Amino acid sequence: MDSDLSPQDKKDLDKFIKFFALKTVQVIVQARLGEKVCTRSLSSPTGSDWFNLAIKDIPEVTHEAKKALSGQLPGIGRSMCVEISLKTSECFSFCSWTVTLNISDYYFFCRCDKDIKVSYTVYNRLSLLLKSLLAITRVTPAYKLSRKQGHDYVILYRIYFGEVQLTGLGEGFQTVRVGVVGTPIGTITLSCAYRTNLAFMSTRAPGEDEGAYNGVEDSQEVCTTSFSTSPPSQMGIPGKEGGVPQQVPVQPCHGAQAEHGRVSSCPPADHVPATPSSSGEGAETLSRSIEVKGVSPCDVLETTFTRKVGAFVNKPGTQVTTASLDLPFAAFAPRAYDLEENDPMVQPPESPATSSPLQGSLHSQGSGESGGPAQDDFVMVDFKPAFSKDDLLPMDLGTFYREFQNPPQLASLTIDVSSQSMAEDLDSLPEKLAVYEKNIDEFDAFVDTLQ
Amino acid sequence: MNCRSEVLEVSVEGRQVDEAMLALLHTILLHRSTGKFHYKKEGTYSIGTVGTQDIDCDYIDFSFVRVSSDELDRVIRKAVGEFKDAMGNGTDGMGQISLEFYQKKKSRWPFSDECIPWEVWSIKVNVVNLANEQERQICREKVGEKLGEKVINIVEVINQHEYLPKMPTQSEVDNVFDTSLKDVQPYLYKITFQITDTLGTSKTTWFCAY
Repeated sequence: MDSDLSPQDKKDLDKFIKFFALKTVQVIVQARLGEKVCTRSLSSPTGSDWFNLAIKDIPEVTHEAKKALSGQLPGIGRSMCVEISLKTSECFSFCSWTVTLNISDYYFFCRCDKDIKVSYTVYNRLSLLLKSLLAITRVTPAYKLSRKQGHDYVILYRIYFGEVQLTGLGEGFQTVRVGVVGTPIGTITLSCAYRTNLAFMSTRAPGEDEGAYNGVEDSQEVCTTSFSTSPPSQMGIPGKEGGVPQQVPVQPCHGAQAEHGRVSSCPPADHVPATPSSSGEGAETLSRSIEVKGVSPCDVLETTFTRKVGAFVNKPGTQVTTASLDLPFAAFAPRAYDLEENDPMVQPPESPATSSPLQGSLHSQGSGESGGPAQDDFVMVDFKPAFSKDDLLPMDLGTFYREFQNPPQLASLTIDVSSQSMAEDLDSLPEKLAVYEKNIDEFDAFVDTLQ
Repeated sequence: MNCRSEVLEVSVEGRQVDEAMLALLHTILLHRSTGKFHYKKEGTYSIGTVGTQDIDCDYIDFSFVRVSSDELDRVIRKAVGEFKDAMGNGTDGMGQISLEFYQKKKSRWPFSDECIPWEVWSIKVNVVNLANEQERQICREKVGEKLGEKVINIVEVINQHEYLPKMPTQSEVDNVFDTSLKDVQPYLYKITFQITDTLGTSKTTWFCAY
């Protein structure tokens, strides 16, 4: 097939594949930013929108993607994988989504006539594939998670080449083939695999985290750019690499079935794409990853935690425990102090940088997982009240509900106040009982009136 | 040439009909819309850029992407609104809304132009009534999952790369594309719907978008 391809066509195809790979990464990462994406349709082309789609480039993402590509293209046996991971404040992480761009040497290309420029059809089909990727990225479970990211967890991404690693997706992951585009140099396949088991492990034994997902725990290879509290500026100038086909000669193309279009060549791009490998099948185990920051996994996010003190709440004064009170029925005293001592919302856990305690609202009564204690497994259930819009107010209804699901104890129920009053109550109890016994006739008469 | 036909089925609550239909119709139109063609004198043309917009549903745990075109969105919302009105508010019922892509074939006088469909998407809707808020909450999530599956179905079908009309010359562009919008250019399409009443009779209403 390569011998039938003109040098210009081959150059075009290489360029298309390169920019398709870059745009794929942009689409995936932007879909996991946690915000809604909105780009304008332009009736007149700007000359910089590849595949006639308004996909704005986040410079950092483009930089990392180019670093990962390292001047080469996804090729036969060299799949490009974009992996999305979730990392909680307890540094528990798991992979939630993997998209693979694979070029295989299996077949095909043409149902079109030989008169038709191959690159035009490929270009249009790659555009269609990107639209499909846009649609798919919003329907997988990871999208909902990414929209909720913040204090409790952040979303990370990683780009690597070689054999796709699906072990981090857990059991029962789903795979979707987004689409296939045949070219004379191979078939481009875009597929994704996503986790379906979204159980959060609240307490894990030491050493269990390492087994969960080593790829992300070895964070040297993880791009630690987080998109939760300080998303990078994404509305930058559209990518300037090369141009975009915009001069399209109008020649009604013959042929009954194939789509047609003629696309002129693009100006040379700044990076010269390498010739895709024409080696045999079999994915090599080369794994090339990117490193953005040399920080440990837990350092991805710095937050300042402040707890709003509710009305009527007294700040805990002297440390009084129930054990220190020599009281009868002390076991029935409210354990407010103990709750406060252990309440992570009052005293955040001492983690190195990320001090975002898990909120109680994340844990809901979920179904137990097989093979593990049911009370340790939590299934994250999204809570979205009707008419709740995350972007409308800083704190929408859902956020308000989650934050105040575990309100602090009222002052009247705190141990220091109640303990004193309880001691007095216990002392006065015999006297009160004597009075009640004395007036027992009145109480009986009152009860009779009620019947 | 045979017209390709795809059928999708969903069961939703009455108040979810709008958003469910919008999600699926917009997903299809996202794939069947291009940028505006601008023809130049030397016989070439350029293609505009299609923007996209994320939409969150209020009554369904679901988000989808649509073409960033308010004009197109108005047309689709109007059609969906009429469909929902025809279905009735809050009552059980079944209906079907169809999105048909076609191209015109010029005919000689005295015959009118012929509309040849090349792809038809039919969405069968079953409206259910729910008794309490708990069921509604469950329905929100379940319908969201179902719509996600339908979006994946749509994507798989579209990426099979079956027939698409040839790219037209300037004189024939109106036979293939809807050029009435300012910012995007979908393939010519029309929306129709059928409502099945309690007696089982169907009534078809045509909503010609172009």
